[in-house]
Amino acid sequence: MSPAGDSRDLRVGIDVGGTNTDAVVIDAAGEVLAAMKVATTPEPIDGIRSALDGVLVGLEHSRIAKAMLGTTHSANAIIQRRGLDKVAMLRLAAPSSLGISPGAAWPADIRAGVIGTTAIIEGGHEYNGKEIAALDTEAVKRLAAEAVRTGCRSIAVAGAFSPATTEHEIRAREILQAELGADFPVSVSYEIGSLGLLERENATILNAALLSVATGVISGFEGALAEHRLDVAAYLTQNDGTLMMAAEAGQYPVLTLGSGPTNSMRGACALAGVDDAIVIDVGGTSADAGILVGGFPRQSSAAIEVGGVRTNFRMPDLISMGLGGGTIVRDAGADLRIGPDSVGYDVATDAICVGGDVLTLSDVSLAAGRMTGFGDPARVATLDAEVVGGALGWVDEQISIVSERMKSTRAALPLLAVGGGAHLVPDAIPGVSEVIRPKHQSVANAYGAGIAEASGSVDRVYSYDASSREDCLDDARQLATDAAVRSGADPGQVRITTVTEVPMTYVPGGGCRVMVKAAGPLA
Amino acid sequence: MDLLTHDDIETLCLGATLLGTGGGGDPYVAKLLAQQALATYGPVRVVDPGDLPPDALVLTTAVIGAPTVTLEKIPAGTEFVGSVEALASYLGKEPAAIMSIEVGGLNTLVPIATAAEMGLPIVNADGMRRAFPQIEMTVFTLAGLPAGPLSIADEKGNQCVFKTTNNHVAEALARAAVIQLGMANAISCYPLTAGQIAEGAIVGSLTYCNEVAGLLEAVQRADEGAWERFLSESGSVEFFRGKVVDLDRRTTAGFARSTVILEDLDGSGDIMRIEVQNENLIAFRDGEAVITTPNLICMLDLETFDPITTEYIAYGHRVIVIGMPCAPEWHRPGMLELVGPEAFGYDDVDFVELPR
Repeated sequence: MSPAGDSRDLRVGIDVGGTNTDAVVIDAAGEVLAAMKVATTPEPIDGIRSALDGVLVGLEHSRIAKAMLGTTHSANAIIQRRGLDKVAMLRLAAPSSLGISPGAAWPADIRAGVIGTTAIIEGGHEYNGKEIAALDTEAVKRLAAEAVRTGCRSIAVAGAFSPATTEHEIRAREILQAELGADFPVSVSYEIGSLGLLERENATILNAALLSVATGVISGFEGALAEHRLDVAAYLTQNDGTLMMAAEAGQYPVLTLGSGPTNSMRGACALAGVDDAIVIDVGGTSADAGILVGGFPRQSSAAIEVGGVRTNFRMPDLISMGLGGGTIVRDAGADLRIGPDSVGYDVATDAICVGGDVLTLSDVSLAAGRMTGFGDPARVATLDAEVVGGALGWVDEQISIVSERMKSTRAALPLLAVGGGAHLVPDAIPGVSEVIRPKHQSVANAYGAGIAEASGSVDRVYSYDASSREDCLDDARQLATDAAVRSGADPGQVRITTVTEVPMTYVPGGGCRVMVKAAGPLA
Repeated sequence: MDLLTHDDIETLCLGATLLGTGGGGDPYVAKLLAQQALATYGPVRVVDPGDLPPDALVLTTAVIGAPTVTLEKIPAGTEFVGSVEALASYLGKEPAAIMSIEVGGLNTLVPIATAAEMGLPIVNADGMRRAFPQIEMTVFTLAGLPAGPLSIADEKGNQCVFKTTNNHVAEALARAAVIQLGMANAISCYPLTAGQIAEGAIVGSLTYCNEVAGLLEAVQRADEGAWERFLSESGSVEFFRGKVVDLDRRTTAGFARSTVILEDLDGSGDIMRIEVQNENLIAFRDGEAVITTPNLICMLDLETFDPITTEYIAYGHRVIVIGMPCAPEWHRPGMLELVGPEAFGYDDVDFVELPR
């Protein structure tokens, strides 16, 4: 049990969700040595501290080399409009873009709470890297003064085509910090998002608004690690399931606010030892289905809204359906109705199998022998066999439809059943090679955080006529790989995870937008 | 729909996306532009061409360039006004109203913003009632109405006017100018009188766009019988429910060409192949062309019933494919040479009528 004291072979994964805070300790082989689930606390540090207390019992702290945190705390701050900083917004694009003001499509309450002063000034770049206009440095200084006058705590800067040409955003930040001090928080959009000025600008404003909240979470995380005498490399997980150093993550809170579903899916797959699988997470009220391809969730092509604000983040492609352990079953025969309403978490008191009076899918599952370890089988022994058969037939059909919809090829894939209602998932599903119920699946989020990798990406416009498509793609792959290594990935194990090409219509010279992402385990 | 206000734009935007038939540029940016212009300058009056004096000048405006560039180079609004003013100045006559040449995609809503900014009414008519990739692909061309003289303007104040001898030259010159001006510009072409529009345009296209969008909104709200009503009232036919199993994108001669392969959801193994050049042009079911341009091929998300544009389609996307009839004004001599399958290089594909 006790290896050499100098061996630093363990990592801790922590997930701070809206309801629970989980922690797991994972060894080099990916085995779970300890797991703990506690209630999330108003100050995240308290929950993190108790979860760490639980998992570290009996372990030599010196064996822990890394700690990874995934948290929805920043997302909740936006949704609840809580603790957000007031932001000054500087767009570098005039005379283009004057027809749409910053914050144009934001919900009125969050716009009023977050966006202080705004300005659209001369600057920014064309698709080919030329300036739209020379950067109006005097206007940058005026914005700095106005930000202070209106009590803004941070500044967001977004310039046209900055993901391809960063020059004006960098110069604007230098001027702002020369005016206001090197510590004054400035978020620049090229570090936040990809092409799509309005969405990237929105994300940058949200990022600037979350800086205080994020600093609180990260100091809580680092504080809890220090209290437990853990001298470790600390990371946060990003929306795509890859890592960022905790010290750096405080500056980029929007890049980490949506990591929950990704960590959950990646964690479940890693626990089951598969890279390609359908994942169905069945809760009390609803079930979410997603798919992992090559170890990462397939991403949605739709624009993602955070608290009603449109961004160009990529999030896992999920389908939700009204099927859960608490889903209510009514009537019988041809009139049999299932859901969509549910008793939710009250299934623990209201379901027939625990002495309540509501017939739920959990009761049906127990009667048919799918669910074990919850409720009294005697209480459901008298249920009408037709109702049980009919309800489970409906469940099987729904799960079969959703798993078929998730797949992008005919080939059979494994299906992972996770969540408190996973017992409803049948053992045989058409088009599914096997149904896997991973061990430790209740802490899949924290496990997913613990196994996250380092990544790098590139998003730029190439001319396929200037050099061949293959040369351009090779260049993009190399840039993404270099970026992943800079983020801490093991150079020997970096792999390209996605390549997306979007041809630019009407642009001469075979213009093509190329997006490449690389990831690899930490060195 | 006599007066357009900020609140009318959302529905028109849905209709514009549908009539974009997979292309036409994402109308989201145009929606925000129109909403801001209507909030700033006040509502815009919608007029029928017959409401104007027959000799009144009507000028159009539209985005010309690459949709991908427009995602970064957001319009100023002034470039569209500039294109109209440049052409009016060349013609020596003030416009009485603004019109869209393309009710489909982002060019549906841009002229509404321009009309608001210039304090002019918008004409309830256009030249396509769907999206097409080239300037000459209008019913005006079929009616013998010239695209020129035409103007191009950018947001910095650069403007040029071309006098052209035919609509194909107009297209070539406009594209050449746009490459020099940053790939996200304004064009004003087809300067027409109200009398010419009453005669040669697709009249009522803005109301049509609004109506099909209203029918689709009812589907999205899951109103009883709304899907059947949408199909019957728009004359559309449902052809396929499937998911994307293959997607081949490539760029040739400035066009985003792609092939989308769908496999049906009921497991029978039926395949639909859709050929795309900016817009969806031809749908083949099991090798046979079943919907062809200029009829509209629209893909709707199976769950949300949102129209799907080519740029956002992805593997595994689950869609319903419908065929919508093109405006009856297209059915004139010369239609197939101008906008039929052969106009896009599909020489071995014959135009097929939608089943009734």
